[in-house]
Amino acid sequence: MPDLLLELFSEEIPARMQAQAADALKKLVTDALVERGLLYEGAKAFVTPRRLALAVHGLPGRQADQREEKKGPRVGAPEQAVAGFLKAAGLASLDQATIQSDPKKGDFYVAVVEKPGRATTEVVAEIVPDIIRKFPWPKSMRWGSGTLRWVRPLHSIVATFGAEGDEPEVVHFSVDGIEASNVTRGHRFMAAEPFTVKRLDDWMAKLEAAKVVADRDRRKEIILNDAKDLALAAGLELVEDEGLLDEVCGLVEWPVVLMGSFEARFLDIPDEVIRATIRANQKCFVLKDPKTGRLANRFILISNLVASDGGKAIVAGNERVIRARLSDAKFFWDTDRLNGLASRMPKFQSITFHEKLGSQAERIERIVRLAKELAPKVGAPVALAEEAALVAKADLLTEVVGEFPELQGLMGRYYAQGENLPPEVAAACEEHYKPQGPNDRVPIAPVSVAVALADKIDTLVGFWAIDEKPTGSKDPYALRRAALGVIRIVLENGIRLKLAGRAVERHCLALLIQLKGAEFTKLGNEVFSSKVQELLSAEERSSLALRMVDADKSSTEQMLLGQMDKIVSDLLAFFADRLKVYLRDRGARHDLVDAVFALEGQDDLLLVVRRVEALAAFLATEDGKNLLAGYRRAVNILRIEEKKDGRAFAGPTVAALLKEPAEEHLAAAIDDVKARVSKAVAAEDFEAAMTALSDLRQPVDAFFDAVTVNDVDPALRENRLKLLDEIRAATRGIADFDRIEG
Amino acid sequence: MIDQSLPAHMRPDRSFQALLLTLQRFWADQGCVVLQPYDMEVGAGTFHPATTLRALGPKHWKAAYVQPSRRPKDGRYGENPNRLQHYYQFQVILKPSPENLQELYLQSLAAIGVDLKLHDVRFVEDDWESPTLGAWGLGWECWCDGMEVSQFTYFQQVAGFECAPVSGELTYGLERLAMYVQGVENVYDLNFNGREGAEKTTYGDVFLQAEQEYSRHNFEAADTAMLFEQFRMAEAACHKYLAFGDKGETHEMALPAYDQCIKASHVFNLLDARGVISVTERQSYILRVRELAKACGAAWLKTAGGGAAA
Repeated sequence: MPDLLLELFSEEIPARMQAQAADALKKLVTDALVERGLLYEGAKAFVTPRRLALAVHGLPGRQADQREEKKGPRVGAPEQAVAGFLKAAGLASLDQATIQSDPKKGDFYVAVVEKPGRATTEVVAEIVPDIIRKFPWPKSMRWGSGTLRWVRPLHSIVATFGAEGDEPEVVHFSVDGIEASNVTRGHRFMAAEPFTVKRLDDWMAKLEAAKVVADRDRRKEIILNDAKDLALAAGLELVEDEGLLDEVCGLVEWPVVLMGSFEARFLDIPDEVIRATIRANQKCFVLKDPKTGRLANRFILISNLVASDGGKAIVAGNERVIRARLSDAKFFWDTDRLNGLASRMPKFQSITFHEKLGSQAERIERIVRLAKELAPKVGAPVALAEEAALVAKADLLTEVVGEFPELQGLMGRYYAQGENLPPEVAAACEEHYKPQGPNDRVPIAPVSVAVALADKIDTLVGFWAIDEKPTGSKDPYALRRAALGVIRIVLENGIRLKLAGRAVERHCLALLIQLKGAEFTKLGNEVFSSKVQELLSAEERSSLALRMVDADKSSTEQMLLGQMDKIVSDLLAFFADRLKVYLRDRGARHDLVDAVFALEGQDDLLLVVRRVEALAAFLATEDGKNLLAGYRRAVNILRIEEKKDGRAFAGPTVAALLKEPAEEHLAAAIDDVKARVSKAVAAEDFEAAMTALSDLRQPVDAFFDAVTVNDVDPALRENRLKLLDEIRAATRGIADFDRIEG
Repeated sequence: MIDQSLPAHMRPDRSFQALLLTLQRFWADQGCVVLQPYDMEVGAGTFHPATTLRALGPKHWKAAYVQPSRRPKDGRYGENPNRLQHYYQFQVILKPSPENLQELYLQSLAAIGVDLKLHDVRFVEDDWESPTLGAWGLGWECWCDGMEVSQFTYFQQVAGFECAPVSGELTYGLERLAMYVQGVENVYDLNFNGREGAEKTTYGDVFLQAEQEYSRHNFEAADTAMLFEQFRMAEAACHKYLAFGDKGETHEMALPAYDQCIKASHVFNLLDARGVISVTERQSYILRVRELAKACGAAWLKTAGGGAAA
């Protein structure tokens, strides 16, 4: 079976786009082939800075012939119908149609359309130009006087088709004047002359001879192995960096790994800053000295040339640039430390955090207030939490972070340490950003926890207040990550925090007042409702009063409280949603999370999770399964009867109407279980609550065995329906059993 | 390869001015019009009307010129070996961009002494955008042994208009290139005239005092009240000249109007260096300059140079 080889040769393709482009080319071409009935055995895409290529292996030489029958109108149908049929089938007259008989419908016309399969080369020539024109580059461009768009100017196209051993034919097509051929070029500097290629193996071999490693993975392998070898020979370790490796393998067609060095005096700079400098600007790897665990004054560079002097000039050139870059970094690091973190704070007033959420200074002020309030709940000294929250963002204004934003937090820690701030404060500078993702470490130091929670909750409340919530795949402010961060900090540290509690409500209200500030203009000396009094200090109340128009005081206040309630409860629903995702990843049942959140006032994530765990354990027992079955039976009967009567049946039952021993027994059990459940829940002992609930199973089963609910006596029936409702009520102390699935 | 017949002081690896002359010669041989710098303060060679305006419209155009470029914020009082508030760019524009533009560029590097068998030259993605000019293009920064020595751009849009045909633009950072080929670590140590001993003039001899004085000016002394006024005046003048030259289908004063756009842009850069423009205001100033650039671009397209039927 023949193979197809395609190569699109262009000016340098951005490294970050290469891997995706290779995947896209493979998918687009193979999909188009399959769609046209051309199945293949295998396909592999290749990409280098200057070429995007695809080999499709085991294609048929041509499409299968197709025969299609098109049914027409019956014989003798009106002229119009016949004309329509002839047109649709592409026939000149009825002579070209055949007549078929059907026992029911009688005789009718049939057009047989024969479609001979086309040569694969013809199909390829048709689909490839279209794919090139519509190729999904993230950014594409025009050049010269042409109109074709490609990622950078496209120079030539190789397209060959043929079976092993045969001389393959060139698939002829052209795109904006570029004719497909069998001619390509090698390395820009080491083998510039054009040459012809046949099939994949020939193409690979000739490219290799022309100093091009076409396979991206092989280039990565070469770079990684050579880099490790060079490091080893120098008694050092390569600091591996997958992202950098991905990038540099897209910058070379023939990787040549070299080692350079820089002055040891630069090792005064923190390792992370050295690494960021060398990585971001020069795309070089750094090396570690295994004896000290710190960086060595060496680096690994990947060049694209086997130089005539063995690479001396290349290394020297790179060393010069790295020296200059490290001089800059050292200058930044030194000047940053001349001025304390605190001295940077005033500048935050003129820096906008978000157009609608005010300046960074306002945001820091909010975080400080919230961190102070949360501190006692997480076991942090209030004064330390305050100090930490105040300087935690200060490194954003340092030169090093300005240059390397990815070092935010870490630099704060270094600078705080340098200033001899308390170690808890220094740690919080770095750790309050954590966890950055599902795999990142969660802070455990109480001061870090207080600031981390305050930072994330402020972000969430703020964006909820201005209605910038994540939608679908869009989450530009990483709010899902912030919520997950709160969840993980709370659960992994075992922190009791009411997410719809006073601290969050207060934060939300204060923020709303800040947002609406401009809307309240006139002075008023007002008395506020108890809710506002509870949440805001006297000072804040008077500042609120200052902004309120007299006449509107109470409605303004109501509006604010209403908005606060809505934001806090919406946010809680969002937390519930994220918690489900979090627990699902850990194998927990999302329906149980729903069942617990369906109860009123479930805003303490730690308790929710404990309750879910206890419930899951209970439902796995015999008692649990049976009780759930009994519950469902009760609820089904209730639902039917309530619908029938058009009314709800709610307890309590009338003791005098409890005729049968089984119902008497059940009523007593319910009272007992309810009391024990509520006591256990109050004591947060969910295992005990489940044990209590399990005692309901036997009486429920016995009740259904012995008692007919729909008694002929309406009074008895009503009382028994109320008893069923009592079963429902008893379970509500634990969860909403309606939400349990399975 | 460097022309071996050149006298020592004219070798591009020995003298800053010889580097410049070599590039001019190279691009003259490619058919470029070799222009002199534009006689106004600009932030980059792109601002020269020979690039900004000539990139618009259907007419073919090839030009090369050196352009002193002013970046008030980059002043370092002559104390940083790499940063300058005034430096030279060598600018080449070829419209439409020729098929072999990359090869031409590499040949020009060889001409100034970069041996392509010895040095690692790479084209690394770097998309170019000028918010004040309403312009963008795709291309690369060109690396020589890890150092960025040029910017290479295919213009896609200028002054808000699609470029057709597309211009290829090359910008060489002359000081950097000279430091590289001369093997010098400090820009002020560059040999400017290629002479040795008492005859030698360095880059520092020519520009160190200027860097010190202009740094003082840019950061400490520039009269901000006057500059704010100048910005307003330039903006108003630009609008005025645009209106004056507007004859419906044609335009008669695109170039003088564009001068005012350049002026406004430089005044804005000075104000920015003085730190008197807040983050939010900054955006609005950039937009105001862009509006001028767009209007000038639109006017240019109605002139003969812009390809309008006379």
